[in-house]
Amino acid sequence: MPIIKTSEDRALRLGTGAFAVFVVLLVAGIGVVLTQQSVLSIRKFGLAFWTRSTWNPVSGEFGALPFIWGTLYSSLIALLIAAPIALGIAIFINEISPLKLRQPLSYLTELLAAIPSIVYGLWGIFVLVPIVRKLELLAPEWLKKVPLFTGPPLGVGMLSAGVILAVMVVPLTSSVAREILRGVPMTQREAALALGATRWEAIRIALGYGRTGIIGAVMLGLGRALGETMAVTMVIGNNPQVSTSLFAPQYTMAAVIANEFTEAADELYLHALIEIGLVLFLITIVVNALSRILTRRVVRA
Amino acid sequence: MDEVKITVRDFDFYYGTNKVLHAISLDIPKNRVTALIGPSGCGKSTFLRSINRMNDIIPGIRVDGKILVDDVDVYGSGIDVVSLRRRVGMVFQKSNPFPKSIYENVAYGLRINGLRDKRKLDEAVSRSLDRAALLDEVKDRLNASALALSGGQQQRLCIARALAVDPDVLLMDEPASALDPIATQKIEELVFDLKKNYTIVIVTHNMQQAARVSDRTAFFMLGKLVEYDDTRTIFMNPSVKLTEDYITGRFG
Ligand SMILES: Nc1ncnc2c1ncn2[C@@H]1O[C@H](COP(=O)(O)OP(=O)(O)OP(=O)(O)O)[C@@H](O)[C@H]1O
Ligand SMILES: [Mg+2]
Repeated sequence: MPIIKTSEDRALRLGTGAFAVFVVLLVAGIGVVLTQQSVLSIRKFGLAFWTRSTWNPVSGEFGALPFIWGTLYSSLIALLIAAPIALGIAIFINEISPLKLRQPLSYLTELLAAIPSIVYGLWGIFVLVPIVRKLELLAPEWLKKVPLFTGPPLGVGMLSAGVILAVMVVPLTSSVAREILRGVPMTQREAALALGATRWEAIRIALGYGRTGIIGAVMLGLGRALGETMAVTMVIGNNPQVSTSLFAPQYTMAAVIANEFTEAADELYLHALIEIGLVLFLITIVVNALSRILTRRVVRA
Repeated sequence: MDEVKITVRDFDFYYGTNKVLHAISLDIPKNRVTALIGPSGCGKSTFLRSINRMNDIIPGIRVDGKILVDDVDVYGSGIDVVSLRRRVGMVFQKSNPFPKSIYENVAYGLRINGLRDKRKLDEAVSRSLDRAALLDEVKDRLNASALALSGGQQQRLCIARALAVDPDVLLMDEPASALDPIATQKIEELVFDLKKNYTIVIVTHNMQQAARVSDRTAFFMLGKLVEYDDTRTIFMNPSVKLTEDYITGRFG
């Protein structure tokens, strides 16, 4: 606490404090509104909403499982593809590339994050999906017996969704990972090198030092993947089913809300859709909170 | 004259176009402590870090002249920097333990060297800790985090870590400058003991420290070697006026 407080200081504290409180209230408010607007569905289905897989607007039967599954599954695939690539980019930019290239390279990767989601979707439909379909057609019969690869080769489906999400997640994850690596003291790498470590071994020391922060960077990417709507909607096939197959058309929470919101004629239907929004909201908050905690811990250390 | 371990001839060093070391020539004796002194910015660290090629990681550096360790030019073609650094260990000004256990810190250099045998690792870890005069303080908690140690203990851990890979030369860049007097004294005693088995080059800003621990002293100024002689001569009877002014504190 400073001893001398000018009125300017006080105004600054009050002003910024007010903004902080406002943000918290906003988030809480969103939670409250989502809950209010989905109360019919919450009452009717209770916790079973999370585990039912019927989605039948005609008979008024709603369950969120296929959408939760689709969201988590596609995000997980995205993560598995994006994490190593993003980490590789971060390592290359921060540890290997010549100084002159660092700025332009970071700028280029961040530019990827500025491309609107709908543009990724169009790219997905016209470029990615045909490629994925060709690959699926190449799959030999024995491979198609593995639960991951069953079903007809449609192109649209879980695999396309996962890949497109990965492309969208890489810029965020790699730029956060890069910041984390940049925060690792040079003396850590020097300590390793002075003991006769190779360059790669010294990089591993840096990665180990920033371990939790890098996990946080990956989780931030996960948070982004969970909520991504447009591009995924355009390539996932929009079919509510729980399937382990990468070839199968599936559905996500964000996609079903976007697609069906304007058609939801009766109130229960609408409430069920909003409850899906609530579930998505909760999952994203938890993932983001976890990732923030992890990244902050390293920056402080 | 003692056996020579490190020979430096007409060594120049540039950061980009900025020349910071000018035609340094000196012979560093084996199993002795050689102190590098001089005002801030005169190039002591740069010189020290040239011996194990730590400066290689800085972009745009250039060297001229020769540094020979055991008669092998460390900047010669075909030299393996990784194995050079295993023979020429280094301790930094600010202790920099890895965020691992005490044991794993000391074992690190051996592990990357390919040593897997648990018993040999155990032996090497306790031998190195013992040589660094730290074993008694930590032997009951080898698996505790190295970051939980005090500053002085961390610095001795870093020394133990450097000793574990069994170098012949130990370069120390102001190893005690961040420590209190008692921890400093421990490091000084340690340096004194270590010279039986190691050739030590130590940078220090502390004149008493240089006088206490070293056998030879090199006085640097503005990137030039002003005077290099037995420590006793440098402190009692320097032949250059600048040296005398510096060690008597007439300029800083
Ligand atoms: N990474 C670097 N890039 C460019 N110039 C550098 C770099 N490191 C040091 N220098 C310059 O080289 C000169 C010598 O620096 P050096 O660190 O070797 O001095 P020093 O004698 O160790 O000083 P101190 O006693 O303060 O540690 C200084 O002029 C410094 O500005
Ligand atoms: Mg220095």
